[in-house]
Amino acid sequence: MAEQTIEYHTERTPVAADSTIPTVVCDGVDIIYRVNGTGAGRGSATAALNRMLRREKAEKAAGVRTVHAVKKVSFVAYKGEAIGLIGTNGSGKSTLLKAVAGLLPVENGRIFTHGQPSLLGVNAALMGDLTGERNVYLGGLAMGMSREQIKERYDSIVDFSGINEKGDFITLPMRTYSSGMGARLRFSIAAAKDHDVLLIDEALATGDRSFQRRSEERIRELRQHAGTVFLVSHNNKSIRDTCDRVLWLERGELRMDGPTEEVLEAYEAFTGGADKPKEKAGQAA
Amino acid sequence: MSQVLHTPPHSPAPADEDDLAALAARHGLTVSGARPSLPEYVRQLWERRHFITAFATAKLTAQYSQAKLGQVWQVMTPLLNAAVYYFIFGVLLGTKKHVPDYIPFLVTGVFIWTFTQSSIMAGTRAISGNLGLVRALHFPRAALPISFALQQLQQLLFSMAALFVILICFGVPVSVSWLLVIPALFLQFTFNAGVSMIMARMGAKTPDIAQLMPFILRTWMYLSGVMWSISKLTKGDHLPRAVTIALETNPAAVYIDLMRYALIDSFHSSQLPPHVWAAATGWALLAGVGGFIYFWKAEETYGRG
Repeated sequence: MAEQTIEYHTERTPVAADSTIPTVVCDGVDIIYRVNGTGAGRGSATAALNRMLRREKAEKAAGVRTVHAVKKVSFVAYKGEAIGLIGTNGSGKSTLLKAVAGLLPVENGRIFTHGQPSLLGVNAALMGDLTGERNVYLGGLAMGMSREQIKERYDSIVDFSGINEKGDFITLPMRTYSSGMGARLRFSIAAAKDHDVLLIDEALATGDRSFQRRSEERIRELRQHAGTVFLVSHNNKSIRDTCDRVLWLERGELRMDGPTEEVLEAYEAFTGGADKPKEKAGQAA
Repeated sequence: MSQVLHTPPHSPAPADEDDLAALAARHGLTVSGARPSLPEYVRQLWERRHFITAFATAKLTAQYSQAKLGQVWQVMTPLLNAAVYYFIFGVLLGTKKHVPDYIPFLVTGVFIWTFTQSSIMAGTRAISGNLGLVRALHFPRAALPISFALQQLQQLLFSMAALFVILICFGVPVSVSWLLVIPALFLQFTFNAGVSMIMARMGAKTPDIAQLMPFILRTWMYLSGVMWSISKLTKGDHLPRAVTIALETNPAAVYIDLMRYALIDSFHSSQLPPHVWAAATGWALLAGVGGFIYFWKAEETYGRG
């Protein structure tokens, strides 16, 4: 297993970042969430009435709270790069990813992209009452693949997920799957499509060890086809294995942007170096 | 673990805003999440036609997959519905005596009305009830209300199969006019999909509408002659002209009467409102095209905030 890990590292280098072609440009991006119905003290019915009657004026009085999730973030991502997004919980990583995908509005600034960035994930399109087989088709179609493309890749999707390793499970409804099996099939469907700009949110944390290894490999493959890959993860190891550049977000601000090792070391020092005792010593010094 | 946010140890090169925008423009990047033009939108929607049909069929199949009788409920549910209305309106209130072939008359009305009603209900929740999907994947959002309308159409086809059996059992002769069902359903589907899109946009902005819809729809049902005959009521001059016209041009009544005319031989063309095909086409075009454009206008706002 140790040999394989070394192999990954050597494999990483051939995907050279082409620093001349930008694929994602984030230009001073602010993202603000508005949450209804947080009015404290008064009955929420009054708060709701207030909200309807006095719209803009009394947003605060009516219990609308704003959460400034991402603050003035600017960066340029280039073709061939794999970029990790790190930060403690609630630091705005997933929010930024959704905005890059064009699924959340930005308050200020703009995000420019090459083609349509897509989030890796089809969970929402799948239905537990349908068989795994039908979900492969449904998920593929939802991601914009054609029927022929899915038919072509169907076997490799099922093989990759390993669903049929323990019997003919692909013809059973997905709700009968264990959570691990479900997660594996979902990842396999999502990873079946090639993307211009691929955004991955903690997808690697699913499944058993051998499946995790396979999915890391698949992400490297996708990266070779895709222009750019963004990966949000709390697993510093998978960031090290997949990314060559890391953005560190903290409380919505871009705190650091640089080569993986450099940023991860600073981040591990910040979080108390939970991963390696070596970093703890560095922090003390 | 509480940490104070220090000044960033390494501040990312604060590139000039103009520079970044210019860089993006130079390489032909586009703003993420912008609304496509109308022709482009139609093209994207056409590309997703297989998703629309697969999603509708999947929803329909998933609906009864937990039930022991399974897909039998597709036919049982509308039949039970018709039985309840027959008991209340036909037997208890005695509408039966005034309308020939009352059971075929009633069942056709109930099925056709249910098609419109459930399309609109599903449309209202098409965006607000599927935020997970809208927030995770890219596709023209109109795919959702259209897909739900299509699911209701498939459901109706099951009901129609049951309806044909009922018609034959009650001695309604099979005739060529049954073929009129096809254009009538096509027009009604276009109308339903259009209204669904309008409701989907309104429901996305104000989810509360979904709470109101059942009351609005029930009122609309009682006005549409589902279990009574409009032509009986409007016969003679006891009603003001405006009320008669409103009752007769009501789109639900138009589609229901068209279907009765197509299927039931005792339902004569004299019972149809004037210019019925023109009204049916007009409503379909108005709702279909208008609803589509109305929905597209807010495309970039769905699933946000």
